[in-house]
Amino acid sequence: MTDMMSPTVSFVRPTVIEQKTPPFRTSGPLLWARENLFSSPLNMILTLLSIGAVWWVVPGMVQFMLIDAVWSATSSKDCLADVVKHPVGACWGFITARFGYLVYGQYPDAERWRVDLFFALEAFGIFWILWRKAPFKISGFAYFFLVFPVVGFILLSGMASIGLPTVQTHYWGGFLVTIVISTVGIVASLPIGILLALGRRSSMPIARLVSVVMIEFVRGVPLITILFMANVMFPLFVPEGWRPDSLLRVLVGVGFFSAAYMAEAVRGGLQAIPRGQYEAAQALGLGYWQMMIKIILPQALKIVIPNIVNNFIGLFKDTTLVAIVGIFDFLRTIQASLADPNWRSSQMPLAAYLFAALVYFIFCYGMARYAISVERRLATGNRH
Amino acid sequence: MSSSHSALSALRPGVLTNEKAIEITGMNKWFGAFHVLRDVNLLVKRGERVVICGPSGSGKSTLIRCINRLEEHQQGSIIVDGTELTADVKKIDEIRRDVGMVFQHFNLFPHLTILENLTLAPIWVKKMPKKDADEIAMHYLRRVKIPEQADKYPGQLSGGQQQRVAIARSLCMSPKIMLFDEPTSALDPEMVKEVLDTMVTLAQEGMTMICVTHEMGFARQVASRVIFMDQGQVVEVNTPDEFFKNPQHERTKLFLSQILH
Repeated sequence: MTDMMSPTVSFVRPTVIEQKTPPFRTSGPLLWARENLFSSPLNMILTLLSIGAVWWVVPGMVQFMLIDAVWSATSSKDCLADVVKHPVGACWGFITARFGYLVYGQYPDAERWRVDLFFALEAFGIFWILWRKAPFKISGFAYFFLVFPVVGFILLSGMASIGLPTVQTHYWGGFLVTIVISTVGIVASLPIGILLALGRRSSMPIARLVSVVMIEFVRGVPLITILFMANVMFPLFVPEGWRPDSLLRVLVGVGFFSAAYMAEAVRGGLQAIPRGQYEAAQALGLGYWQMMIKIILPQALKIVIPNIVNNFIGLFKDTTLVAIVGIFDFLRTIQASLADPNWRSSQMPLAAYLFAALVYFIFCYGMARYAISVERRLATGNRH
Repeated sequence: MSSSHSALSALRPGVLTNEKAIEITGMNKWFGAFHVLRDVNLLVKRGERVVICGPSGSGKSTLIRCINRLEEHQQGSIIVDGTELTADVKKIDEIRRDVGMVFQHFNLFPHLTILENLTLAPIWVKKMPKKDADEIAMHYLRRVKIPEQADKYPGQLSGGQQQRVAIARSLCMSPKIMLFDEPTSALDPEMVKEVLDTMVTLAQEGMTMICVTHEMGFARQVASRVIFMDQGQVVEVNTPDEFFKNPQHERTKLFLSQILH
């Protein structure tokens, strides 16, 4: 050190300086609180306000949803304060009593195991795809995008030749329909959306024109319009007896709707890939599809996973719109149950809609958390 | 073991069937209204090492990018090993398979491991069994002296290592001709040598090469000819000795006085 002090110009370090640990503790709950909650006067005020808000809302919620709640009931009478002898909060008994209808709609009781199996197969496929360290990833995608849709369709609508009685789609309802519509939307929109995005960036004028018209048309009208067109106008133009199933028409509409939005998300990813990647692939002699499938799309899709999941969340919530064309999705079955004279009471909708909100929240929040974890993983720089 | 031997013994460097590796005649190219390449004539013979230099914007990169059709020329002809480059996609693919290219910014595929970067084209373009492709990839990784990095991702390697991987990636396709587009310009000074050494070895083995580079030491050491370009034209062509000692054109003299201090 004294060398540095002396006025000499030349300096050669004789030894290597070893790494040392930093002098301050950089972790611990107190430090976390100081950095995240009380880092500035404004943050302090916000923190205190938030604590106040929680204090103000949570006890009432707990009282209503848990303490004063009625857990089993056979009709709205069981949820009257006079009957249960204490102030009544949420009447969960309504949900438990109508649970089967909310999940399966009017799907025949004896066949409901098929719906359960369908749910299980879907959950299995989703975990296979989303769980990062799962083995045989490619097979997972093949399963979810090829095998599962076919098996799921046969399972739900039946096939007489293998002993599964046919169940017409107008018996389907409740959560089943919500899941079917959002799954079809997701499964169809990703491949179609990718094709549309590639078409829009293609050098072939026709492919570009078709893609642009398709994307811009769909993005230019609300989903409700498409659903009305599918369910009300479409039958006017096709001959009697050649009318596809009403649920199928809605599924096609939803599929194209979400595909257009997916295309725009994917296009964003394609634009983010540097030109050098295309050139390196071309210089190696890869053809267009090889280049896209092996080099460009894996990178582009990875970038836009958060946007894609965002679209899925939007799609999942938009499925409630099918109620207006007469399809009994989850929310619609809740409304229908509320109209049941046996359950008519001013108390009932509170619990019913709380339950609906909770179910939608769990699914959407789950998807959002997954998107955030992917985003974090990509941000840490280990570009894999 | 026996099959891995066969993969390597089947491996032979690409051999040009024609004496004329690349023949460019009266070639013109425009970017919009800008005349970027003007009446370029160039004959590269089998085994020749041509260095192209010149100020930035002189069209050197564009010229070699035309040779594997990353850029399209509008007039004149480019014949690569007897095959003329036209809009025919099959011919373009054929030529690209035979012509390797190394870029200034490496352009490795960041989502694939080093080994996967090397085996991708042999497996998908040449339909080579994966085992053979792996064997050949490891062979070239040893040649560029980084076999231990095979399972890493490009982002984990230094610039010099990445560029050597890029060279190995091209070599895995057994190219007949190698194009280098300023391969050392994006490298830290300490890493230039390791890449140049790889290129020198390649040149000494008789690879037909065209290098856009400002590494005059490299040009002196391996080039058969040096081409100087300015404003989209070939201004001077000469042997490296003559080029450096006795430049003819005024523009060449000025350029050399700027870069050789």
